[in-house]
Amino acid sequence: MKRPLLAAVLALGLAAPATAQDSLLNTSYDIARELFEALNPVFADHWQETTGRSVTIDMSHGGSSRQARAILEGLNADVVTFNQETDIDVLVDGGLVPEDWRDLLPNGASPYYSLPAFLVREGNPLDIQDWDDLARADVEVIFPNPRTSGNARYTYLAAFAYGLEHNDGDEDAAEAFVKEIFDSVPVFDTGGRGATQTFAERGMGDVLVTFEAETGGIAEAYEDQNLERVTPSISLFAAFPVAVVAEVAERNGNTEVANAYLEWLYTPEAQRILAEHFYRVTDEDVEAEYSDRLPDVQLVTAEDTFGGWEAIQRDHFAEGARLDRVFVNQ
Amino acid sequence: MSTVALNHLPSQSRLQSRHGQRVLIGLAVGLTLLFIVAPMAYIFARAFSRGWDVYVANILHPVTLHAIWLTTITAIIVVPINVAFGIAAAWAVAKHRFPGRGILVTIIEIPFSISPIIAGVCYLFLYGRQGLLGPWLQANDLQVIFALPGIVLVTMFVTAPFVAREVLPLMQAQGTEQEQAAVTLGASGWQVFRRVTLPNIKWALLYGAVLCTARAVGEFGGVAVVSGNIRGQTNTLPLHVELLFNDLNAVGAFAAASTLTLIAIVALVVKALLESRKSG
Repeated sequence: MKRPLLAAVLALGLAAPATAQDSLLNTSYDIARELFEALNPVFADHWQETTGRSVTIDMSHGGSSRQARAILEGLNADVVTFNQETDIDVLVDGGLVPEDWRDLLPNGASPYYSLPAFLVREGNPLDIQDWDDLARADVEVIFPNPRTSGNARYTYLAAFAYGLEHNDGDEDAAEAFVKEIFDSVPVFDTGGRGATQTFAERGMGDVLVTFEAETGGIAEAYEDQNLERVTPSISLFAAFPVAVVAEVAERNGNTEVANAYLEWLYTPEAQRILAEHFYRVTDEDVEAEYSDRLPDVQLVTAEDTFGGWEAIQRDHFAEGARLDRVFVNQ
Repeated sequence: MSTVALNHLPSQSRLQSRHGQRVLIGLAVGLTLLFIVAPMAYIFARAFSRGWDVYVANILHPVTLHAIWLTTITAIIVVPINVAFGIAAAWAVAKHRFPGRGILVTIIEIPFSISPIIAGVCYLFLYGRQGLLGPWLQANDLQVIFALPGIVLVTMFVTAPFVAREVLPLMQAQGTEQEQAAVTLGASGWQVFRRVTLPNIKWALLYGAVLCTARAVGEFGGVAVVSGNIRGQTNTLPLHVELLFNDLNAVGAFAAASTLTLIAIVALVVKALLESRKSG
């Protein structure tokens, strides 16, 4: 009786991968697992070729605000690859990341980016092409609650930007337009994962709004439904910022490999993998190669259109501001 | 008229009570099927929805294997410690009188009544980088939080009362007469414990250990706070289920969940067997 049990325990122990000495911990946001599973081995090969040293990259995934909090409490992260700049600023306040992190790498330290886009039912039966189709009475829209989901705040702002563009910058008209879209949302889930489930598993709604980078993964996970990706004419630039957690990397003796890892993300080799996963890339040649799956779109930024995130917080998301008026009776 | 009425009444009420019995049994069985059996069956149905090969591939994925291993090793460390603690605590409370006995019993039961996430946060504030002991731990290069020690500590906290709670009532009911008799006959302290106390509480002890194991294996909330979610390093099986689920890998999530469910079922069968031994 005891022997098989012992053997099973030993087998499990042996099956557990031994931790290699030269290792780098990348702390990242949810749903980026497949992306980095594709990127990491290619970087490891590249590192082996250029330096002759081997490296394993460990991954930790979670909501990026929670990840930032964990790093402040001692999670041993050498680099962060997040989906919100404010979460890296939290690490700056904690003294772990230098204040000028945005200037240390090209494109504001965002080697790739994304934007809110649509996922529609097979054959796009309601011919949903742009934000104004979402305001139509016959279209049901699914996205999570902007009060609890960062993803949905990008959706709100992208729709608002479309409203501004088509109403000569009239903010109240834009607000009325966004309200029409919100009125066609039957249920607001708390997060992107819940909204995906509502759309794909419960079969509610005609269009799911989420980051373009996620639409590919969702379509693949529910491939039997043949969901189709649609990119609107206007959307909001969503940075995916990266930084070396200087203090931790230094303590681990990983400063060199951590910097090399993040710089490598800008190379055509890495950018192709990113584009394969439906991220928008900064390398123009790679962008051109993948233009069929990542069609042209007019991008607005939080800074240019809304005066920066502080102004957005004050004018849109603070209590009693525009979001509360759009979101009334929900 | 009256005889008819008299004959009629009891038979009708008997009929009614038999009818009521049926409804109650039906309700109990129905609700059990609906709320417990159906979801559990669904776990296995989903786990195998893409066939046996995909299921095996998901279980044998190195990261999933590591999660199983980490959960197992955590239970292997935690359960013996809590068994020892439970016996010691129950012994102290049941066999001795001292001031603060009542308070001790209450303290032992605290993990039952507070949410595990509070345990996680407490340990984070104590051992985390910004915590009370954080600077000292960092200066000595000791990693407690976001590593195995933190996971073990939180699991230990959450499962601390199980053994003590099972053993204590039995020890209290048995009193100290047998131990006193053994001492008068010249038995040493260890002999008393091994030959008198332990045999008396054997089944309750095993029962408590099984409950403790089941809980240690399934712990989610507290461990989630101190794990750091590093795949292949600090991801326990319950955390891994959530992670796979968030990745839209439903089959993987249900496959991992099925191993957890199997562990739970085995624990419950062992518990049922022990219960029949205990009462038999």
